[in-house]
Amino acid sequence: MKLHEYQAKGVFAEAGIPVPESELAETVDEVVDAAGRIGYPVAVKAQVQVGGRGKAGGIELVDDEAEAREAADAILGMDLKGLHVGSVLVEEAVDFTDELYVGVTMDRTVGRPVAMVSTRGGVNIEEVAEEDPDAIARVHVDPSFGMHPYQARNAVYDAGVDREVARDVASVLTTLYDLWDDKDATDIEVNPLMVTADDEVIAADAVMNVDDDALFRHPDLREMEEEGDVDGDDLEAKADEYGFDYVRLDGDVGIIGNGAGLVMTTLDLVDYYGGAPANFLDIGGGAKAERVTNALDMVFSDPNVESVVFNIFGGITRGDEVAKGINEALESFEEIPKPVVVRLAGTNAEEGMEILNTDLVTVEGTLEEAVQRAVEFADAEGEQ
Amino acid sequence: MSILVDNDTRVVVQGITGGEGKFHTEQMAEYGTNVVAGAVPGKGGQDVNGIPVYDTVAGAVEEEDADASVVFVPPAFAADAVFEALDTDLDLVVAITEGVPQQDMARVYKRLSEVDTRLIGPNCPGLITPGEAKLGILPGNIFAEGNVGLVSRSGTLTYQVVDNLTKRGIGQSTAVGIGGDPIIGTDFVDALSLFEDDPETEAVVMCGEIGGEDEEEAAAFIKEHMDTPVAGFIAGRTAPPGKRMGHAGAIVSGSGTGTAQSKIQALNDAGVPVGDTPDEVVENVEQFL
Repeated sequence: MKLHEYQAKGVFAEAGIPVPESELAETVDEVVDAAGRIGYPVAVKAQVQVGGRGKAGGIELVDDEAEAREAADAILGMDLKGLHVGSVLVEEAVDFTDELYVGVTMDRTVGRPVAMVSTRGGVNIEEVAEEDPDAIARVHVDPSFGMHPYQARNAVYDAGVDREVARDVASVLTTLYDLWDDKDATDIEVNPLMVTADDEVIAADAVMNVDDDALFRHPDLREMEEEGDVDGDDLEAKADEYGFDYVRLDGDVGIIGNGAGLVMTTLDLVDYYGGAPANFLDIGGGAKAERVTNALDMVFSDPNVESVVFNIFGGITRGDEVAKGINEALESFEEIPKPVVVRLAGTNAEEGMEILNTDLVTVEGTLEEAVQRAVEFADAEGEQ
Repeated sequence: MSILVDNDTRVVVQGITGGEGKFHTEQMAEYGTNVVAGAVPGKGGQDVNGIPVYDTVAGAVEEEDADASVVFVPPAFAADAVFEALDTDLDLVVAITEGVPQQDMARVYKRLSEVDTRLIGPNCPGLITPGEAKLGILPGNIFAEGNVGLVSRSGTLTYQVVDNLTKRGIGQSTAVGIGGDPIIGTDFVDALSLFEDDPETEAVVMCGEIGGEDEEEAAAFIKEHMDTPVAGFIAGRTAPPGKRMGHAGAIVSGSGTGTAQSKIQALNDAGVPVGDTPDEVVENVEQFL
């Protein structure tokens, strides 16, 4: 789960990290009112979950009410990299002398969290990491002990942060680590952490991603997820409701399978045989008939889909349950919207094949054949 | 002709009284696995199909002389179950549970460096030595005894490739599903080195996927240390950057590492042919035999 900037800033502020004064607004009038309370100049920032908002026109610095209206009007309701902007953060513009980067993430190669500090904040830190890795100081943390204060200091001194603010930056880093740990974050960062002329540090942006698998122990974050879920892809929202791992893609062959690796392989084969996958949909292990029905409903609700391929290799998942689900879904239509190709193997595949209503689907024996058939169908449908 | 498990392996099942635990214990026993005990807090003294249940793993290990455990414990309690297993003198722990929080696994990973026990998983199908024993949820009937080792980050992809191998008459020495999470106990390099040391394994199939750098590390290991030939497969060539493709680990970062292309390139550089389809993988293996 990704927190919105305003949500992450709320979490940071509560933990004691200084953030600029700000208010969330959903209409032009609310923006103007908030700016009046905060005092110009203010930044108007789109609250969507994409990087590079500034470059895409999602952040404007405004000096008076007229500019605020204009910016609010332009940003609210805009489409930012495919996401609808439903709200903006109106924020005190901070006068800064330096921009730093601080963050904590999991270094999966060593299985440990790593805290990072750089004096090259305010820019794309991934680019810095590639061009000049030494510009980022790193310290690995033992997850069973947590970050010692000296480790934060070491990172800050290694990064070459000015002595006047070193203590405050180290304190921000320690707090970030504690949040990372307490909230089950996967990564957490402030970029930029602004340094003012008076040597104060202020978190001008805030990124926090939380491990979905750990949300069961964070009801507060789950609430934020619901509250912040105003933008995004309708189909992906529907997939969330059904509890599917689903990713929408821009092709026309709908793909349903069990197990992430096998579904990815099915996507790759569609591409290999000259088609284009419309989605990734993993029904997971042990799916019952209803789940299979939902999966078909899900894929058919994508208007780009011209054909569907079902690829099931049962381990925990049983072929007869899958076949029942496919029948139920397809029998509910007066006319099946698009051709469906099925490949069933593994546990109870034979029972499944007996149950499957072959008047409604095309059956293929191997993965390769099923994918080729689905690609042919999509091409034919696309031409109609 | 196997690594890690055979028909002498004495298995304790953690979570044996749960739905999954019970069902797969039956399946394992039916396959021939020597399941000697279950461990479930509060259920000590009961039995599941004649298999005695203990309150603690330590009790099961002491009384039944177990040397491996399989963990079927829900995600919220899975790390604790693994810690418990690591505090006994088991040789092997296989964690099937999907959805273990990453930070729990980071702590488990730290603990692993202090003990002699090997962990496989979490979020994995387990492992099987065909004809002898299986620890986990793999469907036994698609496997055949033979000399090809298999290591994979994905369960169902393992089944797919194994099915293709078996149908061409190629049996397997051991197949290990190491799991698709970012932090796992046994990685490709660990499994490959075990296969390299197994005199009966004549070739190895390695199924990787996008995300992380484990496949690149494996490629470097193969180049430096392996005489046994390896055939590869990488899933996720068509995955868009930044999107999580089912497995927690299967996400391509925006910066060019962890992509299918970088992994295929690394493997090719190490002399590993990477098939475009599961069928091609089998053709590549055939050439080694």
